[in-house]
Amino acid sequence: MPSLGSGMDVGRILEWYVQPGDEVERGQIVALVETDKANIDVEIFTDGVIAELLVEAGVKVPVGTPLARLADLGTEVATPAAKEGQPAVEPAAEVPAPTSLVTSPIVRRLAERTGVDLHAVHGTGRGGVITRHDVEEAAAAQRPTPPAPAAPAGDGHRASPYARRLAAERGLDLSEVAGSGPGGAVLAEDVEAAATTGVRPSPAAGPPPARTAPGEVAAPPAAAATTAPADTGPATDRGQAMRQAIARAMERSNREIPHYHLGETIDIESTLGWLAEVNADRPPAERLLSAVLFIKATALALRRSSDLNGYWVDGAFHPGDGIHVGVAINLRRGGLLAPAIRNADERSLDELMAALKDLVERTRAGGLRGSELTDPTITVSNLGDSGVDTIQGVITPPQVAFVGVGRITPRPWAVDGMLAVRRTVYLGLSADHRASDGHRGARVLTAIADHLRRPETL
Amino acid sequence: MTATDATTRPTPETVRMTLREAHKQSLRAALDHDERVFLMGEDIGAYGGCFAVTMGLLDEYGPERIRDTPLSEIAIVGTAIGAAMNGMRPIAEIMTCNFSLLAMDQIINNAATLLHMSGGQFNVPVVIRTTAGAGRQLAAQHSHSFEPYFAHVPGIRVVSLATHADARGVLAPALEDPDPVILFEYPRLMTMEAEVPVDPDIVDLSSAAIRRPGSDVTVVTYGATQHTVLDAAEALAADGIDAEVIDLRSLRPLDDATVFASVARTHRAVVVEEAWRTVGLGAEVAARIAEEAFYDLDAPVARIGCAEVPLPYAKHLEDAAIPQVESIVAEVRRVMHRG
Repeated sequence: MPSLGSGMDVGRILEWYVQPGDEVERGQIVALVETDKANIDVEIFTDGVIAELLVEAGVKVPVGTPLARLADLGTEVATPAAKEGQPAVEPAAEVPAPTSLVTSPIVRRLAERTGVDLHAVHGTGRGGVITRHDVEEAAAAQRPTPPAPAAPAGDGHRASPYARRLAAERGLDLSEVAGSGPGGAVLAEDVEAAATTGVRPSPAAGPPPARTAPGEVAAPPAAAATTAPADTGPATDRGQAMRQAIARAMERSNREIPHYHLGETIDIESTLGWLAEVNADRPPAERLLSAVLFIKATALALRRSSDLNGYWVDGAFHPGDGIHVGVAINLRRGGLLAPAIRNADERSLDELMAALKDLVERTRAGGLRGSELTDPTITVSNLGDSGVDTIQGVITPPQVAFVGVGRITPRPWAVDGMLAVRRTVYLGLSADHRASDGHRGARVLTAIADHLRRPETL
Repeated sequence: MTATDATTRPTPETVRMTLREAHKQSLRAALDHDERVFLMGEDIGAYGGCFAVTMGLLDEYGPERIRDTPLSEIAIVGTAIGAAMNGMRPIAEIMTCNFSLLAMDQIINNAATLLHMSGGQFNVPVVIRTTAGAGRQLAAQHSHSFEPYFAHVPGIRVVSLATHADARGVLAPALEDPDPVILFEYPRLMTMEAEVPVDPDIVDLSSAAIRRPGSDVTVVTYGATQHTVLDAAEALAADGIDAEVIDLRSLRPLDDATVFASVARTHRAVVVEEAWRTVGLGAEVAARIAEEAFYDLDAPVARIGCAEVPLPYAKHLEDAAIPQVESIVAEVRRVMHRG
């Protein structure tokens, strides 16, 4: 399990995109991982053949846990079907097969609350993921059905651990079992009673849905049972989890990093004029936003001052292997992510614009690559849209610098000894005093300002 | 691992004796078996022991081997440790565990650590006998149960002896153990009688014992309290609840495998002890069940222990402070959801 951010301790495999026997090449996306912050595609870093998947979909494991075993290309790898000496055919419909559901905790909780059986819901999200909307629709479709005679199991399925295990083993849906224990808790005897009186088994025991891969079919029921409590345990709200992750990173930052802050307000009247000219002939979809100017100016300025571009790790500065600008993107549900635009200094403004749009879209919809969250060598945050003038940022560890951009606003400004009204913007630089000094920081900030004043250099 | 008491063994020759007599017989057997064995303690010789366990041994073995000591627990245990390191097999008696606190320094800082501190050069094959428990109106300075204090310490073995079979079968292997062993005996059981085989069985020092097999709930206990628990189990049986009673017997190391296997059958556990509940053996057992047998549990683990007070003198208050048949029955019924 790769670390997909400084605050990440655990991750859950939501989906495997490969199976044992598949050939993979460096950079290929092999799995979708749920972290506290987002669902992230995980790439593989070596060519080879998947020999074995060590962690099942749906299981949460600590960072550093091996997820799969990789063999050299050309190695004969036993596929699950071959391993058991069975022909690789779909199992007969009556064979019970544990299935893996790809959903977020929020969706699972919504389904529990509305009594929707996720196994019966068709996912319309990316890659067949069941979305909130899907559950709401399913709940609406269910509504005319009279409520089950058995009272649902208390608040969010109180059930004893043994009852949960039994229910998982028998393929029973706990929400269908009336609890006789304290506070309506489902006890083992309730599960036994439900099993004998024939409560509708959950579709987990029915025919496998189309998305079930052969490897999942072969998953031993015992393994499914042990993972079940993790899935049905107190579902952590993703927003809260992200808050926690940000809290950890920021606590570490303020505890460890001796910040120094520099700031400068610059006149960008002429730059914005230049931008308006560039955009004049373009259809709206192809227009450049001022945001890319700040990204490019920052990236170019760092070319000459590598000690603000990189990481502070284990008591020493390690320069980045390129200038990868992390762009802070706030999420509608709260929280933020700062994925990287790699080698931002080498890209044209148009390329940067396209990359930025793509990042914003994928950050908000899910589908970031793991490397995109760990790559940034510096972060740029633009709070101008929020209407603030200045920003004194907190550095994201292990990075060593942060550039904040305030609101572009007209101000009275001295130009050639005369008072004029110009559009200006505040640039704030926060830097790690362990890695650089104020003098070097000032040069970087001045260089950013210079590039912004001369847009033709961007 | 589990050694149930084989009192029903088809031995034609049995004899009826008190628990006091059972303890005395095992001491006598040890003195006969190994000349390095000697006893030391307060009033164990001329007076015959506070609980009359050593009555008559002074006449049989003489003052060299049955040694009355000054009233100094630290001297008794310290001397015994020195003797053990020099090749003897001393059995030191601390009259009650309430006084053992005076010897704690010798027990923890010397007996338990010397093997480690000497880089494996010195074992301390000492056996310390002491007593614990309430029930005889001896108030707060003579009634407490301190087994958990000792069970906390690495380097010593702690065993509780509350049945005839254990009283007769534990001392010999305890003396053979190259490291310190603390044996807990229970004054209020001394007059308890049982029919026992003439020849005692050796008991596995490290094992727990299933005193009563059952299928509905596991009641884990140790020491004198197990007899109260067994009475409670009979009362519960009349009510249709089949309780399995486990005597931990070995308090360090804990035979948790026997407990887990039982919980895997019954899916419910109640821990009963006479010591204070907080930070006790019951807490340790409950924690291990939660760690290792969580998915076998159909109900939260329940604990019954001594009320968190110095034990009172007054009979009705003393009874109210420690586990009784009624309180055990009520707690088991609650766990069985038959409140």
